[in-house]
Parts: sequence; C-alpha cells; structure tokens
Amino acid sequence: MKIKVIVTLKNGVLDPQGKAIQQTLNGMGFENVKEVRQGKYFNIEINENDEAKAKLKVEDMCKKLLANLVIEDFKII
Amino acid sequence: MKSSVIIFPGSNCDRDMDVALKKFGFKNQMVWHNDFELPKSDLIVLPGGFSYGDYLRCGSIAGKSKIINSVIEYGKSGGLVLGICNGFQILTETGLLPGVLQQNKYLEFICKNVYVKINDTENKFFKNIKKKILELHIAHNEGNYFCSNDELKSIEDNNQIAVSYCNKEGTYNNESNPNGALKNIAGIFNKKKNILGMMPHPERMIDKYLSGEDGSVFFENLIGNLK
Repeated sequence: MKIKVIVTLKNGVLDPQGKAIQQTLNGMGFENVKEVRQGKYFNIEINENDEAKAKLKVEDMCKKLLANLVIEDFKII
Repeated sequence: MKSSVIIFPGSNCDRDMDVALKKFGFKNQMVWHNDFELPKSDLIVLPGGFSYGDYLRCGSIAGKSKIINSVIEYGKSGGLVLGICNGFQILTETGLLPGVLQQNKYLEFICKNVYVKINDTENKFFKNIKKKILELHIAHNEGNYFCSNDELKSIEDNNQIAVSYCNKEGTYNNESNPNGALKNIAGIFNKKKNILGMMPHPERMIDKYLSGEDGSVFFENLIGNLK
C-alpha cells in the first residue's frame, strides 16, 4: 500500500526559500502570486493491507522522523 | 581527561576536533556512528560536517543513528556533551536541546569569523573563562536558530542562551547577526547546562599564526574545569 505524506512549515515560521520563489515568480510576471510556502512530499510504500493501520504507522514515522514538529506540520493523504 | 568524538558519514570537523582536544590535554578517542557503546569519557563531542549528506533535515538521520541512544543516555545522566555546528543540529534533532536550526535568512552558506559573547558562566563549559567575547569561525547553511515563543521564554528564564552573535565590543544588533538567528542565538544549553550546542567552531581557532587563539581559550578553560 502506498501512503503519501506532505510536510510543510508551520504558519508563522519563516520560509526564506518560499519567499525567494515568490519574488522570482513576481519578477517573471506572475504579479498576483502573494505567497509561496515550500514543503516536502513523501511517497511511502508499506507492507500493510489495512489502510487505517498503515496510516497510523506513517503518522508515527512523521512524528519520529519525517517532520520536525518544532517548525513543521504533516498531512497524510 | 578522556573525550570521545563521534564520526558520522559526512562529518568533516572530526579530525580538527581531535587535534584541538589533544592539544589541550584530552585523551581523545574517535567513535564510529555504527557502534552502540561509548567508551568511558568525560566529554562527548558531536563534530561539524554534513552527517548523512544533510538528507531530510540537517542532523535528522544522525539523530537516529546507532550510537545516538548512548549519547542521549550519557547526556541525560549529566555527562558533558558538546555539539559544534552539525553537532548542534543533531542535538536539537534528538531533543536534547530545544529549538531547531533553520536555513540562513538570506539563503547563503556563510563562512567567516564572527564575535560571540558568553552569556552564562555558571556551567562547566565557561566557568572561569578569561574572555567573555570570543572571535570564532562559522561555516554553515543552516544556523538560523528558531524556537516557539513559549520555548524562548523558558530558555531565557533558565539562562540557557550560552553564546550570542555580537560585534567586537559585545553589543548585540542585526548587523552582527549573520544568519537571522532568533535573539542572535549562536549556542544554547539544556536545562542542566551539561549539554552545549553552538554553531561557531572553537576547534578552528587554536593556532596563533593561522587563525587566532580564542578557541584555545575555550578548550584550555574547559579542561581546567574538568580537572
């Protein structure tokens, strides 16, 4: 089973890369871009047939390794 | 006095640290990250570098390595742990130190000498130190210290801010903050002050002719405090 995870910076945490991307987009003519927040995407293949169980395991992985909860949030999709 | 320097794949300040520790009288051993046990030591050092290629987040993979449980146990039981640069990042990833080191504010790798002021001398690292403002070298891409407001209040209340970026005179301001770190924080302690993480490299400042000797001041003082 494949589980997808998106890790993003928490609201209010400075994202200099996102800011640089936003300014570049503005400079390229995409003037209506107000904000860009950059994140990470993980595609995890796990040996588990029960989706609820798999997601619970991935949640544990997010808390222990994939995200740093001081500055990041995660979403399992 | 016995010290141990942990080597992770991608560490690159481990040998500099070994030279520095031996120069000031430590009997130093190098410890491989795949080992489970630490040799008997008075000081454990996590050196600078790019452990595991800085994959995922700086220090995150090293923070789960085989040796790290022994380091956590050693630190939690009051043993002296020093993390420099990537070592500081590893200490925050293990949770031994609060906060996180984010990418530098202006997205640049910074490699230069800076001044840092020692804020607290009631600990084994800085007790009796003869200089309060040290000129040290920094070389990092992720040194921008950040923590939540509640955490900041807690580390300020406990005097856990060990060293802060300042100018030559010891004044904190934006100009002397190289990477955007919260409150100019260059290094912090845990609550008990037996664990210190800092971005500047004292091991690079131990030669009168090549670099200056403010790192020597740090190491001489440290071994003096342990004797």
